[in-house]
Amino acid sequence: MPFDPSPRDWLEPTTKFAAGRWSYSAKPKALNTLGFPNPRDWSPAEPDWKLPDNWKEIILQGLKERMGRFRSLRIFMDSCVRCGACADKCHYFIGTGDPKNMPVLRAELLRSVYRGEMTLAGRILGRLVGARRLTPEVLREWFYYFYQCTECRRCSVFCPFGIDQAEITMLGRELLNLLGLNINWVMDPAAKCFMTGNHLGITPHALKDNLEFFVDTIEEITGIRIDPPINKKGAQVLFVAPSGDLLAEPGIFTLMGYLLVLHQSGLDYTWSTYASEGGNFGMFASHDLMKSLNAKIYAEARRLGVKWILGGECGHMWRVAHQYMETMNGPADFLEEPVSPITGTRFENARTTRMVHIAEFTADLIHHGRLRLAPERNDGYRVTYHDSCNPARSMGLLEEPRYILGKTCRHFHEMPAETIREKTFCCGCGAGLGSEECMDLRMRGGIPRAEAVRAVREKHGVNLLSCICAIDRAVLPTLMERWVPDVGVAGLHELVGNALVLDGEKPRTTNLRGEPLGGGVA
Amino acid sequence: MPDHGPASLGKVAPAACGAWRLAALRMGVPLLAATALILAAWTAAGSAKAGFLFGVVLPYGSLALFLGGITWRVLYWARAPVPFAITTTCGQQVSLPWIRSSPLENPHTRWGVAGRVLLEMLAFRSLLRNVRHRWVADEGSPPRLVFRASLGLWVGAIVFHYSLLLVLLHHARFFLDPVFGWIEGISRLDSFFRVGSAAFFLSGIALTAAALYLLGRRVTDPWMRHLSLPSDYFPLYLLLGIALTGGMMHYSTRTDVPAVKAFCLGLAALHPGTLAGVGPLFHVHLALACVLLAYIPFSKLAHMAALPLSPTRNLPGAGRMIRHRNPWNRPVPVHTYGEYEDEYRDKMKAAGIPVERQAP
Ligand code: HEM
Ligand code: SF4
Ligand code: SF4
Repeated sequence: MPFDPSPRDWLEPTTKFAAGRWSYSAKPKALNTLGFPNPRDWSPAEPDWKLPDNWKEIILQGLKERMGRFRSLRIFMDSCVRCGACADKCHYFIGTGDPKNMPVLRAELLRSVYRGEMTLAGRILGRLVGARRLTPEVLREWFYYFYQCTECRRCSVFCPFGIDQAEITMLGRELLNLLGLNINWVMDPAAKCFMTGNHLGITPHALKDNLEFFVDTIEEITGIRIDPPINKKGAQVLFVAPSGDLLAEPGIFTLMGYLLVLHQSGLDYTWSTYASEGGNFGMFASHDLMKSLNAKIYAEARRLGVKWILGGECGHMWRVAHQYMETMNGPADFLEEPVSPITGTRFENARTTRMVHIAEFTADLIHHGRLRLAPERNDGYRVTYHDSCNPARSMGLLEEPRYILGKTCRHFHEMPAETIREKTFCCGCGAGLGSEECMDLRMRGGIPRAEAVRAVREKHGVNLLSCICAIDRAVLPTLMERWVPDVGVAGLHELVGNALVLDGEKPRTTNLRGEPLGGGVA
Repeated sequence: MPDHGPASLGKVAPAACGAWRLAALRMGVPLLAATALILAAWTAAGSAKAGFLFGVVLPYGSLALFLGGITWRVLYWARAPVPFAITTTCGQQVSLPWIRSSPLENPHTRWGVAGRVLLEMLAFRSLLRNVRHRWVADEGSPPRLVFRASLGLWVGAIVFHYSLLLVLLHHARFFLDPVFGWIEGISRLDSFFRVGSAAFFLSGIALTAAALYLLGRRVTDPWMRHLSLPSDYFPLYLLLGIALTGGMMHYSTRTDVPAVKAFCLGLAALHPGTLAGVGPLFHVHLALACVLLAYIPFSKLAHMAALPLSPTRNLPGAGRMIRHRNPWNRPVPVHTYGEYEDEYRDKMKAAGIPVERQAP
């Protein structure tokens, strides 16, 4: 039975972790690499979490400090009216029915401690005003529920005050990190990214091998051999993609799409092995770690002497690029305001951060007729589009991908209006929750998205779910397999790569996946 | 892997919340508190010190607590910096010139931001988006997840807040002499219908109805019942108490209106007068209003001031266009390119990747 049929007072901490809804702890090695506190072997399932003796002091001190540094936290702690508008906006609440997955209660987990430990009314009136003390049980509950939030921000769209549970989760996780309460699926990639420049730990020579493999594949399909530059000084543009696209299907097809567009456009660009990650798992641990991993991008742009930066299809990478990067690691005064050398378009909206989204770049090329497209090559696909959370709710990149899809596919169908654009539903696996061990949580959290896909599959025969996020590409295939079999997953630029006609290419017989053109899917 | 389909989830979820016994306690305790307040005010109305208590302590004390408290609260919020522009974008960004952006849902100008905040404050824009999920089972096919617009809260909140505003404006009659023409005008419109000889104020009825609705949804909706705290019920009881005593004075018992007006004018002129001859009902009304006023800054009712300061709503969405400074931006450890190249130099050279230095 997935639900507790008689949930008690929510002020009572939930300390029993349901199977498949929590992730394994981070290994000491990763924490040592990053200089994070309390590296040790421990398991969330064990009663002893091996905390320092003064753990409570550390948390309360940390909370106080963050109250001083983030106005958001002060306001979000004080002004929720518990109107419940956000309650069923969370995919995890819809999927698990666990009341503490209502965003309002997820926030109250922290709020109650703030009231109980830091406000006069809370200390005097206690439970009457929803206040409680910080106990080891409360800490366990924080760990359980702050790692059941994908920081997708859907709740914040519906809140009359814009209270953003993602912000509370980020700061809540920051507090947990002070005690070494973190998960391996976040800290291990973050540590790898710190050392090698990308989450997967791809070394420079391996990166080159991978790119060469894609170049070979592209040559087989198109007859054209392209030559992607690596660490090239003096290139005009630095291209940064999520590293997931370098390694696994279907992301690699998206990456081939980038290669094709960049080649055909004639852009003078370069890959970097040092800034080989656009994504940023630091964001799922602390603001400082986010900054630390993100710093490589500007540093590398400066070293290589490029004019501006182009970014691939990734979700949280774009939250960082759009809302944090320039503030944290700017000013980007060593770069120039981005101008497309092909069309002359000035990307006004990126004039300060100087980083352009590849969907903006490609849409501009298509709009100016600079790409020859054969959308019929995608006729085997009946496509729908999943707005990835961060580009939708932390950026507003809604029309560019749709414009590109309209030009590269002939069968496109939107999912129900309540599940797309700013109201899009999370894949259920973001913010570091993509591990095998939390599969139950992932499959449940993905239900709203899967249901919307099911609706268009039944109505329009949709067989391909397109997206602009590397995590999506990694996790949605599993989700589809579970709830809506026969629907494949593809990045936007895979479809562009299929439709794009390169100068001098041979007649294509297969798509980028090597499947016969016009055939089915997945 | 869950071994039950999505179908089984919906049916269980709502019923899983909101155990009644606990909820009754959470509703009951603040009801007792509000009742105790009413009784205390009623009793005190007849005491020797009533003049001082109701004429000075309560009105000036609560006003001071309200003004001081809300100023302190807003300053407390405003003193903390906004390190990052964490706007929640609810529409198309400004980007290529031929793509139409949403200037109010994802503003990139000061005017756009002001418009967005005003829409939130005056029209409760975000509540207007509300949809609720439901599992619908058709015969013979698996249940589907559907969403239905849910405007009850928006309507309830709009009626509640605007009628509250109107009621407050009416009360200006007691504190002003002569009364502003526009306030008279609003009152005349509001009291279009008459009950016997008394003016029938739509706003008062609407306020009571809306407050009952907001209370009702907390009590009847299982999720709301589960999450609501005593401190969520308390202000609603106070407000209903105020509305009820107000209504009783207005429609049934005789209240010496000229005496009340004289008292209020005295308050406004800082010459507190006397409430001699004014019934205890008014004392209760006054006391509850004062408690509510004083309660605002120290409770969730401070939400009235939060919106214009809320960083997800009051910042432009164009994060890459407008520079946002973090006053406490601080250095963090980085793994430099030099350190990276030192580790991989040989392999990079072997792979033909350019390097900065041939040897460490
Ligand atoms: C600025 C925009 C405002 C917004 C968006 C807003 C929104 C809300 C919402 C959503 C509720 C919750 C209703 C419920 O479920 O209980 C509420 C309650 C309330 N608001 Fe506001 N409000 C605003 C301004 C104000 C102002 C200026 C006042 C002035 C006194 C006020 C007084 C109240 C009161 C007394 C309640 C009832 C408390 C309760 O339900 O427990 N609000 N408001
Ligand atoms: S919508 Fe906002 S104010 Fe309402 S309960 Fe959720 S967080 Fe609180
Ligand atoms: S940010 Fe997303 S996952 Fe987190 S509480 Fe809000 S809706 Fe749920």
